[in-house]
Amino acid sequence: MNPAPEIATATAAADGMLPEVWRVDRVRRETHDTFTLELGPERPGSERAFEPGQFNMLYVFGVGEVPISISGDPRRRDRVVHTTRAVGRVTNVMSGLKTGGRIGLRGPYGTPWPVAAAQGRDVVLVAGGIGLAPLRPALYAILHRRNDFRNVVLLYGTRSPGDILFRQELERWRARFDLDVHVTVDRGAPSWKGNVGVVTTLVQKAPFDPRNAVAFICGPEVMIRFTAAELQRRGVPLDDVHISMERNMKCGIGLCGHCQLAGVFVCRDGPVFPYSRVADLVTQWEV
Amino acid sequence: MARPEIFFPAVSWIRLGGLMPGPGAIAPRPAALAAALLAQADLERLIQLLARDHRVIAPVVRDGAVVCDEIRTAGEIAFGAVTEQAPARYRMTMPGDHAARWPTGPPATPWKRVLHPSELTIWRAVRRDGRLVFEPIDSGPPRRLALVGVRPCDLAAIGRLDAPLRDGPWPDAAYAARRRGMFVLAVQCTEPCGTCFCASMGTGPDAGPGADLVLTELDGAGPARSLLEARTTAGAAMVVALGAAEAPEDAADEAHLAVDRARARMGRALDTSQLPARLLAHFEHPRWETVAKKCLTCGNCTFACPTCFCTTVEDRLDLAGETAARLRRWDTCFSVDFSYMHGGSVRLSPRSRYRQWLTHKLATWHEQFGTSGCVGCGRCITWCPVGIDITLEAAAVADTAPRTGPTRRTGAHP
Repeated sequence: MNPAPEIATATAAADGMLPEVWRVDRVRRETHDTFTLELGPERPGSERAFEPGQFNMLYVFGVGEVPISISGDPRRRDRVVHTTRAVGRVTNVMSGLKTGGRIGLRGPYGTPWPVAAAQGRDVVLVAGGIGLAPLRPALYAILHRRNDFRNVVLLYGTRSPGDILFRQELERWRARFDLDVHVTVDRGAPSWKGNVGVVTTLVQKAPFDPRNAVAFICGPEVMIRFTAAELQRRGVPLDDVHISMERNMKCGIGLCGHCQLAGVFVCRDGPVFPYSRVADLVTQWEV
Repeated sequence: MARPEIFFPAVSWIRLGGLMPGPGAIAPRPAALAAALLAQADLERLIQLLARDHRVIAPVVRDGAVVCDEIRTAGEIAFGAVTEQAPARYRMTMPGDHAARWPTGPPATPWKRVLHPSELTIWRAVRRDGRLVFEPIDSGPPRRLALVGVRPCDLAAIGRLDAPLRDGPWPDAAYAARRRGMFVLAVQCTEPCGTCFCASMGTGPDAGPGADLVLTELDGAGPARSLLEARTTAGAAMVVALGAAEAPEDAADEAHLAVDRARARMGRALDTSQLPARLLAHFEHPRWETVAKKCLTCGNCTFACPTCFCTTVEDRLDLAGETAARLRRWDTCFSVDFSYMHGGSVRLSPRSRYRQWLTHKLATWHEQFGTSGCVGCGRCITWCPVGIDITLEAAAVADTAPRTGPTRRTGAHP
């Protein structure tokens, strides 16, 4: 038999691994496999600011903890919004949480989208699938100070029309005159009258000035690589392309070692990186 | 304190040999604040002094191996043990002529077992009546640790662990608590093992920074004698409290000579000049495939390694389903699960997992923490069940002339 595990002797105040209790205020089904949780702190005063692109570690009792990007408006500090896909053990149980349920939360962690650095320039947001969720806070921040930016373009690709996330919001955004929204699907449907094809095909005709644009990309890694290549072909320097990366994370704070990508800790040095910093790593196999 | 002349010829010999010791090897040793000549009886008194307010950990004999564990008397220390270490081979003997000497080589178990336990409950979650409570686990201020008999490679390894686990923006609470107020008595090496290569890594056989007391066994006929040098005020206070015989002037020279002789007798060597760049230039080297055919991906090297710090976490639920203990345990980058994300693992092939471990240890650790992640203790060579030798693998990859460029996958950029 294994000996009983030793007990940690740390004090709570110093322990970055100890979650706080948050309340599930609202659960919204987004698509057949994605959902949004709106969380409020159980203990008053636990409200916290976050920057677009940051993530929290969410803990489901008895199941485990996973890193999930924040998908809500950064101006709302009284609640935290997470949108994710039920894909693994933790997120599947999480998708079954009900209003009034409890969840553990640590964060926010990680580097943000460089929204301020995009001021005075064109902004191109490219999202693939659930990758729209981590980009949404950046779009909220940009729209909140819309006059500080030049052209703002959102290019969004999903597998099928049924996988389109935040559909009503996308339609509202598309109705705006100060925002270019283009959506494409990999596979159409009889009722779909929009673009069909991968999201990279939208890059070439999108209205932005490649010499004065900043791009934020979030999606599967293969989509990131091809999108960055397309942006580079249009003349956007790779220093102006920022991506959000995903890796296995057990701690979110640089201790567990799981998210290492060569010399980079994705949790601490990322998840948002200038593409120029990680291009060599994500274009090689199994780094 | 000026270093004895005798030190320099040995260093230049190594440089001529192309072994380029790291900065640690050629930097002047820290000056001793106090020095004493220690007889075997003095050591028992030293342990008793430390045991008053420390949990004393030292190398002891267990199941035919030297391991680190708690002691109450100096008699429990593995004096007289000689370890023969070679790839996939470890044999401990007790030859009589070695009776009063410290066990040779680093202990089989790394000291991280004490500072960064292999299993640890970090908190508990209790769910009752729809409410959730997180209970920090706090058993009060821990008894301070005293590590006695730490070899220079392992002393350096503690410094390497400090970087990720204590000195980052979010310290590991359990590690930081154990590290606080820790006392270290290092024992310099006069008899290296077959898998030792600390001289190449600049971490030994002389003790670098981090020790309160540094002990060097002196040769010669008669009863065993050691030079005990204090490197910190805590160490100096201990020397004073011991009231041992003052060290004669030539004892320091004798100690340096004994340690220097060990430097020339290392079992292995690794050319560390420009090593990170030379390794990272060969990410697609065929040698990775060759070693992967041999590697069992068992992860033993990572558990034996004194600096591997990766962990995973899991919940252990009680039968009623009300309390979940959050258990943290060592993890290994050799497992497929280690890099698992929805849809699959990033590093699926054994080749990529071995490459991750070796390049992290010898190359990317520099980028992260400014030092090598390897201290040259040789444990990964000794404890690899198929005898893979990190010094040979690294050299085979790094000694190749640079290629034109790595193989890129789809979506690559010019």
